[in-house]
Amino acid sequence: MSLHRRTLSPAAALMGTFAIILSACGGGATPTPSSSAPAASGGAASASAVAAASLAPCGTVNIAVNPWVGYEADAAVVGYLLQNKLGCTVVKKNLDEQTSWQGFPTGEVDAILENWGHEDLAAKYITADKVAQDAGLDGNEGVIGWYVPKFFVDANPDILTAKTDPTILNKYAAQFKTSESGDKGQILDGDPSFVTNDQGMINGFGLNYKVVYSGSEAASNKAIQAAVDAQRPILVYYYTPNWFSSKVDLVHIEFPAWTPGCDKVATNIKCDYPPYHLNKVVSTKFATSGSPAFTFISKFKWTNDDQNAVAADITSNGMSDDDAAKKWVDANPSVWQAWMP
Amino acid sequence: MTDIAATVQPRFALSLGRGAQLLILGLIFFLAFVVLQGTSTLPHNDDSQVFLTLNGVRDWVDANRTTNPVFVYLLGPIRSAIDGLDGIVTSVLSQASWVGLLAVAGSLGLAFVSWRTALLVVGSLLAIGLLGLWTETLQTLVLISNSVALSLLIGIPLGILAGRNDRFLAFITPILDFMQIMPTFAYLAPLTLIFLIGPASAVIATLIYAMPPAIRITSLGIRGVPVQTVEAAESLGATDSQVLRKVQLPIARRTIGLAVNQTIMMALSIIVIAALINAPGLGESIIVAIEKLKFGDAVTAGIAIVLLAMVLDRITASASGAGLPAVIAIGPLRVPRRTLRIIALAIAVVGLVGGALVSAGSGFPSGWHVSISKPLDDAVRWVELTFAGLTDALKNVVSAGLLDPIQTLLTTSPWWIVVAAGAGIAAIVNSTRAAIVVAVAMVLIVALQVWEHAMQTLTMVIVSVVLTMAIGIVLGVWAARSRVVSAVLRPINDAAQTLPSFVYLLPALALFGPTRFTAILAAVIYSVPAVVRLVEDGVRGVSPTVIEAATAAGASRLQMILKVQLPMARRSLLVATNQGVVLVLAMVVLGGLVGAQALGFDVVSGFSQRNFFGRGVAAAIGIVLLGVMLDRITQGAGQRRNVRGVVGRLGVGLNSNRVSREAG
Repeated sequence: MSLHRRTLSPAAALMGTFAIILSACGGGATPTPSSSAPAASGGAASASAVAAASLAPCGTVNIAVNPWVGYEADAAVVGYLLQNKLGCTVVKKNLDEQTSWQGFPTGEVDAILENWGHEDLAAKYITADKVAQDAGLDGNEGVIGWYVPKFFVDANPDILTAKTDPTILNKYAAQFKTSESGDKGQILDGDPSFVTNDQGMINGFGLNYKVVYSGSEAASNKAIQAAVDAQRPILVYYYTPNWFSSKVDLVHIEFPAWTPGCDKVATNIKCDYPPYHLNKVVSTKFATSGSPAFTFISKFKWTNDDQNAVAADITSNGMSDDDAAKKWVDANPSVWQAWMP
Repeated sequence: MTDIAATVQPRFALSLGRGAQLLILGLIFFLAFVVLQGTSTLPHNDDSQVFLTLNGVRDWVDANRTTNPVFVYLLGPIRSAIDGLDGIVTSVLSQASWVGLLAVAGSLGLAFVSWRTALLVVGSLLAIGLLGLWTETLQTLVLISNSVALSLLIGIPLGILAGRNDRFLAFITPILDFMQIMPTFAYLAPLTLIFLIGPASAVIATLIYAMPPAIRITSLGIRGVPVQTVEAAESLGATDSQVLRKVQLPIARRTIGLAVNQTIMMALSIIVIAALINAPGLGESIIVAIEKLKFGDAVTAGIAIVLLAMVLDRITASASGAGLPAVIAIGPLRVPRRTLRIIALAIAVVGLVGGALVSAGSGFPSGWHVSISKPLDDAVRWVELTFAGLTDALKNVVSAGLLDPIQTLLTTSPWWIVVAAGAGIAAIVNSTRAAIVVAVAMVLIVALQVWEHAMQTLTMVIVSVVLTMAIGIVLGVWAARSRVVSAVLRPINDAAQTLPSFVYLLPALALFGPTRFTAILAAVIYSVPAVVRLVEDGVRGVSPTVIEAATAAGASRLQMILKVQLPMARRSLLVATNQGVVLVLAMVVLGGLVGAQALGFDVVSGFSQRNFFGRGVAAAIGIVLLGVMLDRITQGAGQRRNVRGVVGRLGVGLNSNRVSREAG
């Protein structure tokens, strides 16, 4: 251990001087707000001074952005219009689904633009606590189910008879086997935040399959990409709308259609997933605030094609959220004008 | 730091007798497995009572958050204070132009380290700007500054206390272990529940992970002060506080500097995870890039993190470095340090004022951005398409030949036999006391009702550690014997330790799929550098006299390595194994994101889905218990963790090579 010269005091002096200079700059030299400042409250905070004179002041809108690109497309277009047409300050927060709901009672989150079911969260935050409310459908139709690459269906068309006889899948179990599924076929489940009935369906249909969790959407997508590259069979839990499904050709293996109550016993399900009519959820505070943004979000409604177009511009064509939104807004005035308060 | 090194105590010797005992134990275990397989197993149940109870706790917090006084009067103000701090630091940083910040960083390097460092720092920051990540880097810097400032504010006083008081050290050590092994994912959801979404949650998540090294190393520094020195001061009538202020703190200053440095490195290493609760910055860039399968963008942000780490490391390293010379030579010029400091101050002031006048608060000019994403994407795509067949075969061989048999053994044996085997191994290689700790940890895993998943995770950890040690020993010995190899490996090690693992997950997933193997690969890449360093250090430490004697006796190169160097470096090998275990465990949750299933996935899903909260918390505690168990098995009997163990477990930062060298 060596003793050495004290260097602390010059260090302190130097830092002190910087602090004074910095605060001096902050005090008067540069009064213009910074456009590139790290956002204080996190997320891609950005403000627009374009005010719409005829409407009530919009204020700040906190939009949760859940981690899939389709949602990012929703948020891009809604955020762009709120900012540029209604003069709102839009704060986007990158959160997963559950955390987004947690933000309703505290005002950290005003709106979720694409909600996939989540009956447990709705029961707590909407029905019991009354801190959130349904703001109508966003027009996107979600389909969850089991998917295989198109080349596999072309080679084995009888797999589509699963709609009437799910046990046909047992014929192919060996082909879907991987190092993770033992002697069974593998159904690759995705992101842990997505709803899954797969184990119940395996039990209910009597399938010789094992659920393997990829752990994230990226892991599933990468697995699909690799399988398609190698023309190797793969069976995945997947869903549309989804930007990635436009890059690879996947076919939905339908099971006997969903009927109300058929998925009641979680461990024994003899039907496919229900169709999801994706909806918007807003905090009660926001809904009663009188903000024109609430009216706008309530009216926001578009199609899977709209969403996929914007999502593809963001992911494949390298556009920023705002650029992709602007492109869509410029091309579809009649659609979004119907959302205006 | 010879006095610290002196406290490194000799480890157990794995005598032949112990080897034989282990063999016998293994045989008994295997026989019992054959006879009793399938009985007393503990299959996983997603609706176990423990999970439901933990869900109940969550619901209670949720319901009482707005009314309970603890939340209203204690946690609420803490949150407001941290949010306020975040706002202040953000506005200060955003007022300074990029030119000003470059000038400040460069002048800090010039004033306290060297002109080479100053150039390196400025160059690195410029590179970040050119990569188009200036704003994100500043956001990350705000998070790091706040977390580190709070970590040190709390950690250094606690570290001083732990350094001066044995009972406090004994009390806090298990808590620190818990904080470091507990997966960050596990407390993200509760944190946002208590501290809401915002800077406070991100700062506290980072703090929980980054503070332990500040406490540990500070305590170590205080304890490193020679007893004689303290006694001499006391005999001269120094009061307790005088001993602290005039003797212990000044002597331990260099080590405390290291604590600052390590805390920064730890904080940097979890920014990607903090991004999951909306902490903006480089971590967010990586998450977004991965979501869109954009490898090039993820690497770009990863490089920015490595550069930022380097900048912070070099600037703060001066605090733990040797005393600086009074006169500095810059080429042919000889400049007194004092003059240099004045020059540095002038540069900083001119840069700040000039920058403020020219481009106040504006970001790095976007016209200068250089994108490296496309060539990276193309390159990795080529690798994916070219090697996919080969890698698939490798994965299948390891899975069927190694993973499956061990997993079957651990999950289908009666649980009490596995517990007995674990305790037995601990008793043989360590002590009865270690055996008791191991047995208790394993019984607690049973009680948490996560046994089957814990055994699956244990399988992956065992295989990862074996692979890590095999690769680490080969590379470490090679590096110790060749200066060229050592010089080549060092920067690769630095990058492997600092680059967030998330970055290389995409190509790993393409090559190996969402599988246990991919998770193991990520863990091995993360853990090998520390093992290489410890092994290299140990082999280099073998006395030259012994080497010369062996050479004179005509030992071949292989004999030299196997019969002389490795046995003589045994202690380093054992420490390296212990480190390997700890680092592999840190990657269990990440593994859950790429197909590893088991505890890692349980923790991730606990963060994502309300219903699985209880299972996630139980799994997270299960990981901690596995950590305790493996730590006790691989670590010396009945002794406190040795110095290298403590410092080495921090081996995340760029300078852990320096740490291990200094500790040695």
